[in-house]
Parts: sequence; C-alpha cells; structure tokens
Amino acid sequence: MYGALYLEDGTVYEGKGFGYEGVSSGELVFNTSMTGYQEILTDPSYAGQVITMTYPLIGNYGVNETFNEADKSYAKGMVVKAISENPSNFMSEGDFDKFLKKMKIVGVYGVDTRAVTKKIRDNGAMKCVISSRKLAQDEIDEHMGTIKAEDDWMRVVGTQKAYKVPGDGFRVALIDFGVKENIIRNLQKRGCHVTVYPFNVTSEEVMAGNPDGVLLSNGPGDPKFAVEGIEAAKDFIGKIPMFGICLGHQVISLAIGGDTYKTKFGHRGGNHGVLDIDRNKSFISSQNHGYATEEKSLAGTGARVNFINLNDNTVEGIEMENYPVFSVQFHPEGAPGPEDTTYLFDKFIKFMKESKNEA
Amino acid sequence: MKHNIEKVMIIGSGPIIIGQAAEFDYSGTQACKAIKEEGIEIVLLNSNPATIMTDNNIADKVYIEPLTVEVAEEIIKKEKPQGILAGFGGQTALNLAMELEGQGILDKYNVKLFGINSEAIRRAEDREEFKELLEKLGEPVAISGIASTMDECVKFAETNGFPIIVRPAYTMGGTGGGIADNMEDFKDICSKGLIMSPIKQLLLEQSVAGWKEIEYEVMRDSKGNCITVCNMENFDPVGIHTGDSIVIAPSQTLTNYEYQMLRQSSLKIIDELKIEGGCNVQFALDPHSHNYIVIEVNPRVSRSSALASKATGYPIAKIAAKIALGYNLDELKNYVTGYSSAFFEPALDYVVMKIPKWPFDKFRSASKKLGTQMKATGEVMAIDRTFEASLLKAITCLEGGLSGINLPAFNSLTKEELLTKIKECDDERIFAIAQAMRIGVGIEEIHEVSKVDRWFLNGIKNIIDLEKELSENSLSHKILEKAETMGFTDDEILRLSNWDKSEVDKMRQEKGMYPVYKMVDTCSGEFEAVTPYYYSCYEKEDENILSEDKKIVVIGSGPIRIGQGVEFDYCSVHGVWAIKEAGYQSIIINNNPETVSTDFDTSDKLYFESLYIDDVLNVIREENPYGVIVQFGGQTSINLAKRLEESGVNILGTKYESIDLAEDRDKFRNFLEGLGIESPEGYAAKNLEESYAAAEKIGYPVVVRPSYVIGGRAMRVVHNKESLTEYMTHAIDMSKETTILIDKYVYGTEIEVDAICDGEDILIPGIMEHIEKTGVHSGDSITSYPTISLSDEVIAELVESTRKIAVNIKTLGIINIQYVFDGKKLYIIEVNPRASRTVPILSKVTGVPMVKVAVETMLGKKLKDLEYGTGLRQNKNFYAVKLPVFSTEKLSDVDTFLSPEMKSTGEVLGVDQNFDVAVYKGFSAVGIKIPVDGKLYVSLNDVSKDMGLETIKDYKELGFSVCASKGTAEYLNKKGIEAEYIEGEKLKELISDGVINLIINTPTIGDDRSRYGFGIRRKASEYRIPAFTSIDTASLFMKAIEVKKSNKPVTYNHMRYYLGL
Repeated sequence: MYGALYLEDGTVYEGKGFGYEGVSSGELVFNTSMTGYQEILTDPSYAGQVITMTYPLIGNYGVNETFNEADKSYAKGMVVKAISENPSNFMSEGDFDKFLKKMKIVGVYGVDTRAVTKKIRDNGAMKCVISSRKLAQDEIDEHMGTIKAEDDWMRVVGTQKAYKVPGDGFRVALIDFGVKENIIRNLQKRGCHVTVYPFNVTSEEVMAGNPDGVLLSNGPGDPKFAVEGIEAAKDFIGKIPMFGICLGHQVISLAIGGDTYKTKFGHRGGNHGVLDIDRNKSFISSQNHGYATEEKSLAGTGARVNFINLNDNTVEGIEMENYPVFSVQFHPEGAPGPEDTTYLFDKFIKFMKESKNEA
Repeated sequence: MKHNIEKVMIIGSGPIIIGQAAEFDYSGTQACKAIKEEGIEIVLLNSNPATIMTDNNIADKVYIEPLTVEVAEEIIKKEKPQGILAGFGGQTALNLAMELEGQGILDKYNVKLFGINSEAIRRAEDREEFKELLEKLGEPVAISGIASTMDECVKFAETNGFPIIVRPAYTMGGTGGGIADNMEDFKDICSKGLIMSPIKQLLLEQSVAGWKEIEYEVMRDSKGNCITVCNMENFDPVGIHTGDSIVIAPSQTLTNYEYQMLRQSSLKIIDELKIEGGCNVQFALDPHSHNYIVIEVNPRVSRSSALASKATGYPIAKIAAKIALGYNLDELKNYVTGYSSAFFEPALDYVVMKIPKWPFDKFRSASKKLGTQMKATGEVMAIDRTFEASLLKAITCLEGGLSGINLPAFNSLTKEELLTKIKECDDERIFAIAQAMRIGVGIEEIHEVSKVDRWFLNGIKNIIDLEKELSENSLSHKILEKAETMGFTDDEILRLSNWDKSEVDKMRQEKGMYPVYKMVDTCSGEFEAVTPYYYSCYEKEDENILSEDKKIVVIGSGPIRIGQGVEFDYCSVHGVWAIKEAGYQSIIINNNPETVSTDFDTSDKLYFESLYIDDVLNVIREENPYGVIVQFGGQTSINLAKRLEESGVNILGTKYESIDLAEDRDKFRNFLEGLGIESPEGYAAKNLEESYAAAEKIGYPVVVRPSYVIGGRAMRVVHNKESLTEYMTHAIDMSKETTILIDKYVYGTEIEVDAICDGEDILIPGIMEHIEKTGVHSGDSITSYPTISLSDEVIAELVESTRKIAVNIKTLGIINIQYVFDGKKLYIIEVNPRASRTVPILSKVTGVPMVKVAVETMLGKKLKDLEYGTGLRQNKNFYAVKLPVFSTEKLSDVDTFLSPEMKSTGEVLGVDQNFDVAVYKGFSAVGIKIPVDGKLYVSLNDVSKDMGLETIKDYKELGFSVCASKGTAEYLNKKGIEAEYIEGEKLKELISDGVINLIINTPTIGDDRSRYGFGIRRKASEYRIPAFTSIDTASLFMKAIEVKKSNKPVTYNHMRYYLGL
C-alpha cells in the first residue's frame, strides 16, 4: 500500500501505507520513546496529532489490550521508519498494523523519520496530511484546511459522563480532559475511590460528591480552551487538595492567574530530566506536551516553581505556598516511560490525609 | 569548582587479555581527559605500554610499572595523591584497590577511593552479600548457593539438580566458570573455579539458560540522581557470556512494561549500592512471563559501558570521572549537544549491533563452543536504521573476506548438521542459522534448538528472502535499492544476482543510489547536536556537514584480535592528532567500539563504519579528502590499499606498489638481491609436491606459512617431511590459501627495527632485540630496548640495510623490518611497510613521537629539518623489556608453547636503568610468581637438550632442585646433573599440591591435546606456575629470580623521569 506524508510547507515524504486506508490530517509531532508505541497511540493527549516515532523499528513486540491508555486512539496518524510484520513477545495479541486498522489510524512507514523529526525541530510543529493514496495538490490543500484552528480537543476526548472507579481509600474527583488509564491505575493502587468527571463539570457538582482531593488530568490541546476546568480549579483552591498533571498543570497555572504559551515543538518522549527543587534531586520523566507554563507569569500568584526541566529550564511543576495545590508538566505515571516520580501520587495522598486531619 | 582536589592516581587495567581489552584504554583515557580539564594532576599506573592512556600527554606522570600492591604503595608514598580512581581499569584495578584498602595502605597514606567505595565493590562482587542485597530490595535472584569446598558444591547439586551455573568470585570474563548438566562436568568445573577465584569462593546457581539476556548501563551521582544510559538485548539467550554474545541496542523485543520493570530494578540496585559513577546490571528475563532474575552487577565502567557509550554517544567514563570528583549529573552538560543536560536518557533512532571477534583462527585446536567463559578478544559494532542492515554491516566488519551472512563451508551441510551446529553454539552459529534458512528450515525449528528470539530470526529470514529475490530477478532500481537499504554489499549483490557490475554501477550513478550519513546525537534529533559522529544508511536526507578544509582520512584497525591489538589504535589516534596539528581536518573510519579512536572527540570527524571497501569508498566519495592514510591500521587498512588506489584515492605515505613489493615474495626477493641484502633462501609453493621440492632444495628445518597473513597465522618451523605433510594437509586450508611460503630456518637472534623514512633519509628511534632465538613470533617473544648482545658493527649494518630497504622500497612514513643475526650474517626475515606493534613502545621509551613524525614526512617534510634528525637515535639510559601476556586461562584447551604463530593477546613493559631489574619488573607485571628457590621440573625435546644444559646448571646453582621427565632425567644424569625422574600423573599431582615451582618444557609438536607436554603446560597455567617453553625465556627468568633474591630495593619511576625530561 502506498503512503505519503504532506507537510504544510510543501515537503512530501513518500513511503508505504499501513494501518487504516484513507486520508487524515493534523498537527505533526514527534516522540522519542524507544518503547511504548501502543501507549502513545492511545494516549488521548495526542488528539488531533500525527505522531512520528523517532525510534525506527515499531511494532516489534506486538500489541496487547492491557497497554491501552484509552479504549480508542484520538491521534490522526502514525509515521514510522519500519513496521514489524512478525511481532515477538509472549504478550502479543496481534500486530501493530492490524491495531491501527482497528483504531482507524492511517499509518505511513518507510519514511526517513529522522528527517521529519529534524524538520519539526527546526520549524516547529506543523500541519500535515497523511494518506494511503497519492493526493493531488488541491486534495492536499483541502485536507490541510480541515485541520481545526482551535485546539480544544480536551472537550471531546474525555468522558462525557461521570463514572466511578470504586476504592475504599481517599475520595478523588478526577476531571477528565483525556485521562490516561495509568493515572487512574496509580490512584487505584493507592486505594482511592475515584470519580471521573467530564471536562465541563462545575466545582459545585464536584464538591457535592464530597471528595478528599481533586486531580486535573492530562489532555490534548491549548489549556486556554479548558475554560470550565479553569473556573472550577479556581474554586477548589483553599478548599481541597488539588493535583494537576500535564494539561491539568497548565489549567492550574491559568486558574491561579499565571499564563501558558505554545512551545516550538514541545517535549514528547521518555527521557527528559527534571529537577525536584524541594528534594534537590533529579528524575527522568515521561513527557508529552506542546504548551507550557510561563515562568514569569507566576509572580504574585502564590505559587512557586518546584520542578524545572534540566534541558531548557522550562517550568515542570509548581506548588502553591499556602494551599495543598501542586501540579507537574510531566507524567509521573509514565506509560510509556519511566515511573521514577510516582512518589507524587503519594504526595497527593499525603495532602489529602493532612487536609482531612485538619478538618 | 566542585572540589579542592589537586592530585589523583588512576589505575589502569594492564595488558590486554580476553575479558579486558581496549575498552579500558578508552575509559581510562576519557577519565584522564575529564580530570585534566579540572586542572588536577594525574598520576597513572598501568603496565601496558601499547595504550594511549600511558602517553605523556594524557596523564601528568605515567608509571609503566607492574600493577601490584607493592608498586602501588611505593607510588602512593612518593606521589601522595589525595585519592585513587579505580573504576576505570576493569577488574584488575578494582582488585588492586581492594587489596590496597584491605592491607590498610589507603588509610596509612590517607588516600581515598574516589567514585567507587570498597563497600559497594564488596556488596556487588561478593556473591553472598550480593544475594542479600537483592533479597533486601525484593529483587529476584536465581536459586543459588555459595561454596568454598567441593563437598559444598556436591551438596548444592544434590539438593537443586542440574543444570547449574558455576561462577568463581572476583574473576573477570567468567574465568573458570561454566554450566554443568551432570555431576562429572560439575565437579570438574568446580575444582578449577575454586583455584581461579582469589578468595576461593564459587557461586552456584540455577541455570536460566534460554531466557532473554538484557543489560542496563546505569549511572548515579553522590546526590542519588540515577539514569540509565542504554539497555541492550543479547541475540544469544542466557548461557553464553555477554562478551561472546551478539548484542543489540536498544532492546528489541521488550514491551514498555518490561523495559521499565528492568530499568526500575537497575536503578534500585545502583541506588542501594550507592555507586558514584557507572554500573552495569545484567538480567535474565523469562520469555514466557514477567519473571526475571538479576544475574550480575559490575560496579564500574566495563566493556558494556564502552559499547553503550559508542552506541548512544553518551560518554559514560567521562561523566563517571566527573562524578568521582564530586559533580552531580544534573549540573553537567551533555557533551554531545553542548547545552542540554547530562541528566537524561539517550534516545536512539538507529539500531546498534555488536558482534564479538574470536581468536579461533589462531587457536585451531581450541574448542569453539561458546559458554559462560568469554573467549572473544575483541568486538565490532555497526549502526544502521534497521536490524538487517546493521547486522550485515557488522558481519563485514569482521573481515576475513566476509561480504555477507554466508560461510561457503556451510553450503554442503545437511539440515541435521546445521541444527546440531546451531544447538551447540559456536562462533559461527549465526551463519549456520542463515544457511539453515536457505535450505528451508523454518523459524520455529531454529528457535526450538537455539532459543534465539523469533524476532531476530525473522530479521535474518528477511535477509535470506532478499538473497533469493536477488538471484531470481533481473536488475531493477527497486530491487537494487531494496538490497542496498537492507545492507547488502556490492560483492554480495553481484555474487547472488550475477548482474553485470558496470550496469549496476551505471544504475547507481544515474539514480544517485549512495548512502547518506546520519548523526549519532544521543537524542534522536530532538536537540541540535554538534558531534561529528556519523554512520551511513540508505535514507532520504543526508545530514553530513562537509567542511571545505583540506582533509585527511585515517583508516582504523578494526576489532582487537591476536596479532592486531590496541597498538594500532594507538597509531591511528596519534595519526589523527598529527593531522590536526598539521592543520588538516582529521577523519577516522573505524568499527571497534572499545577504542579511543572511535571516541567522538578524538578526530575532527568520526565515521563509525565497516572497513569493508564499499563503505570506505563511500566515505571517501562523500568527503573527497586530500589523502588517505592506510599505514596505521595494521593489516586491516593495508589490505585496502590496492582497491583504494585502483579507485583513484590518494594514499598518503607509502604507496600500494611498495606495499605489494614488500608482500610479494618473488618481487621482494629480486628487490633484495638488487640491493645485495641477504634473506633466508625460500620459495613459494602452491601444492604439496611443490612444498616437498622447495623444502628439499633448502634443507630442513624450514619455516612455513601462508602468504598475506597477520600475526604469523599458521606459521610453523618444520623439521622433516612428515611434519611438512601434516602441515600442508591439516594445518592449513589450501582451498583458502593461494600460496604457501617456505623459507630456510636461520637460527639466531631476531632484531626488530622500526624506522621512519621521508624518501631520502631514515630515522630509527631505537632497535629492539628478541630474547628468544628465531622461531618465536615477534609478538610472543620478550624483547629488549636497546639491544643487549649486538656489536657496533652489526648495529651499523642494521642501520645501513634498513636505510637501503626503506629508501629503495619508496617508504614514506613508517616501516618495520625484522632481521635475524646468526652470529655471522644478518638476514632479512620480513618487511612491513606500515606501523608495527612496537611503535607505541618505541615512541614512549625513546621520546620520539613516531606517528607524528611519520605524518609530517607524508606531508612533505624532510627528517633532517625536523626535531629528531636522521639515522639511529642514541640509546636512552635505561632498559625497557617487553613481555607478552597470554589469555590461556580463558581458553582452556589452547597450548601455551611459543612458536612462530602468535598467541599472546597483550603485553607489558618492565622499565629500569638496570637490565635485570627491568626483567624482574616485566615478569612481575605479567603476574608470574617469581620463586627464589624450590623445585624445577624439566622436560626437553631433543633439539633443545644440549641448549638447555647450561640453564639447568645455573638453576641448580641458584638453589633449585631439579626433577625431570624420563628422557630428560636420563640425559641430565648422564651429563652429571642430578635430576629426579617424575612420571606424568605424579607430576600433575605435585603441581596441584604446589610442590613444583617452575617448569621448563620445550614442546615436541605442540597443540596436540593428547600429548603429555600439553597437559603439563595446561596444568601449570591453571595453577599459575611459571612454565617456559623456550630455554631463552627460562634463562632470562633467572635474572628476575636473582633480583628478588638479592632483596635490593627496587624503585619505581614515571616515564618522564626515565627519559630525563
């Protein structure tokens, strides 16, 4: 099957098609993780994006349902160098090609993915069309035109209805902007009773459930479109412990009066070092974000930066001085990637415990 | 500045042996550079003179002295370093540091261990403590037990059953270990292992053979920051030493869950051990579940960390050295990007393949079966974008005429024979797998017998399928591109397809089908990097940054093997430095991940490439250099000269015509005759009949060898027709060899002359004399600088004849000539128009930077205008005695006798103003126990009986009692020397009991395992009793004994002191 990737600057990468047969378009990004292609593809934060995997051999160990981070993929395409036709691992239930077909994701392989990556690095994330047939210029333009200008994917990828994941520990209200399963698993592991709410839940609705803490999840797109979430977060401050991850972190930043901005090409991979300023210790983190919190904007918000990225000194985490509210830009739950910072979930539990004791 | 350290001592790894090769020259050199940057004075102790780290410009004070506690203490006393870095010299340095600590020497002089603490070493290396540590962490270990006696061993086996893996504690490369399936083998392995382990301790453990073998390279700093630099998956499942396994980075068949599970485990372990620096953790992972066990932890940089550094671009040793000085990972920068943090985990966007290089071409009698004891002398690495391409590239790196995954010798094997070969697993297993697939054996069947993961087997299958496609299709752009992308060499494509070469070339030109070059940048392109570190692949975008400057390419020497060791990396690296100094851009092409030459900051530009002609020409086409140097990379690079010149490449220095003249028998003989220089009478023979005729014409004994070889492969002294027949029919494979050279054997003193020639004049920094008489390969003989027995007239003749040959052969650069002096006349044995094994030693002991001077001559400078002038340099005021080091402990079925065929893997140097003391230091550095009295056992062949008489008398006078084999005892008694006859079995017992202190045993044939002498030599090597197979060596050894006996204090000094600088 033919396959091609058309970039908004006119560059064309021809290769072969795999996965779903069709045409799709979105924002082209790259991920540097060497394992975890399935987790990445099913991470709702990739909504609207065409993912280039920098590691050249994809699909080696097949797929298994337990590795899904959501039950469907919101990504717009997958670009790889080579795809394994004969996966090998005792857990493999099928190959990645069929998985993409099932998930209705258009894939292209046989592409010089390093060239694509360098292009994104130099020019920033850009629009693209991915197709399993050769397209004429007007078709390319048309598909390019369908890419949404607004980055409000978090309104569609999360749950639209509240649901519970029962447990006998702390009661956690999770606002779902596109949550990864492994965040919920991490809460479950700690005995939490989790109620998952849709993106537009109000603070009243949440508080009515009498939670011990609120977790703002990861999710795709520009945090400024999460207007309901920002409003709700404002209300939680001072009332209840709050923990934000990735988009959730940006939402908290905005809620306390800070600002966010779109980065050139983001951080996507499992190898970035972050410094935990409070512990004076560094950790390797799993990352997937295109937006970030503006450090200067935090002045006077009552929050301080307590995690920084060791590569570019960007804000990786904040904590409020007077309230049990903290958030991180990276993914302590890994999946894929290291789980060196799962202690942050413990911190959240600790905050809930302290707050309950005080009450 | 993080520290207030002014002076440190670094311990090197000593001679190259199996399990400890050039990787420690690389890590040691990196550590030195990293420390020097900090303005700290470095005192270096290393007995290996062939290394780059023992150069005066790497450390401040270089002690080329034995790596013993006694020497280290003397140096500590004198130099007063604040700390010792022992994490960069392999197991040798670790063990020495542990001894220094154990004997209270570190405390006595208030010296700290930087980087690794003795507690961590103990907890990682002492099997029992290690087990406790893992149990404490909840990390799984194999069912295991510790045994210090044979009874304990047997008890363990009876309780837990077989298979059992035996590992002696505190040995490197698994020396003395093995897997046993039954009680008999088990007892045998255990008895040897108990001897090998310096603390007489064995770890016995449940075998997990067949599980996936996975390694993680981990780093940690004093703050507790931890990262994994790289993980690697072995092609060969557990059961084969990782040093003998084909290794792929990163892991290919692990899910993210498995990858993180083992990563987490490695970080937990390194954190608990509180290691400050690098560390390697090995796992066995059940392919059918998430069960795993921790196999081993190396609390130091290792062969694997060198591989990981080259595979990722992350300089582990350099960072480990900074950590040892007190820096933290999160305050250091990534050397590759220059601005991002060193606290990150490299992301690869390519596949790295490592294949070991084994010495079985030299050790024909050795068992090629691979197991838990490492046998490889070196390794190659290849980088490409797919498994198939990097595998094929790595195979061509192995040289030996390999152009693909194909051994013609296997073509006639049946399915059963191939499956047996695959099951038994030797160095050729991957070729057997490929051949099995070619004849239609399925992946399942191969997996069943080999347990190699199906994913890897599928990769090989893809190659075999394309082979078939090539043979069935006519030339098309599509299929040619497919083959190139998958890594097929041109030779292979043409061989399989029978296409016309010119048409293929034409298509390639028309379609522009050439490889592009991608950068190794640690981050998969996420950050802009400045590392000039490239590999080739058939992709769309070339990201090579080509300079407009004038460039010179140095061709490296490939993997470390017997006959071509770290010396040639020394030459290549110095070549690169000299090119830089001369104002050219220096470029190196090499494929050995262990070396300094493949460190990305050694040359201006590094191509990590196969030294296959296609790959080399592609780089040259891309770079369009002013010239290419082939004389520094040993026979590997010299062998490329012809095809390079044919392709119009400007070879700098001695041209191909001259190389050919030196190597072509007849041309060379005519050439010498023209100059009026004698060489031993000799002829070339193409078959058995011709060989008889030649030998009879010359008269026995004769020296026989194949033409065009390195390290005297298959070279032998033949005393009669019977041995000649045996040689011609069994010892060599006439189907592979075109010509056998037969020369008169001239008995005498061998002399080694290395000269630099500018076309008109020569410079000889120094001359070296062999201790052993003719018949022992120069790499295996003890040599002395300066000469000890030659008259001024002979020296003058040597200089004149060297000048004549060098100038007339049109040498430009270095030339190495070997002579023999029979007491009357001087003969030429061999001329090598290239840098030789002795260049690093001579450069260090004479102070003449030979490679640098050679490069200057290649660039047109005249010796008479340069600092070191012409002619023979005046001798320095000291002696330097080079001794060979053998790895025979690792190859339990290899005979250790000296012969024209090289067997040593490394060398040490003894340096002193007094010759006898230099000899003493040399033997100490080899690690030979020097007895001052005791029992000498002698067994001499007929040829050497008379020669040995005086030596044995001398030993007697020194106070040794003599015992001997039957024939020798009779002979000695007849000559009036009292010698007790000891029969073979009894002798072995006496050796085991430690009653015999020294053995002189000249072999009759050698290499025949059934023979009596072989058994004795093996036994002696197992019990580390000096056993000499040459009377000359035994005679020299007395000097060492005398020095020891005299109890006179021996002083140890650094090279600048000896050189009077």
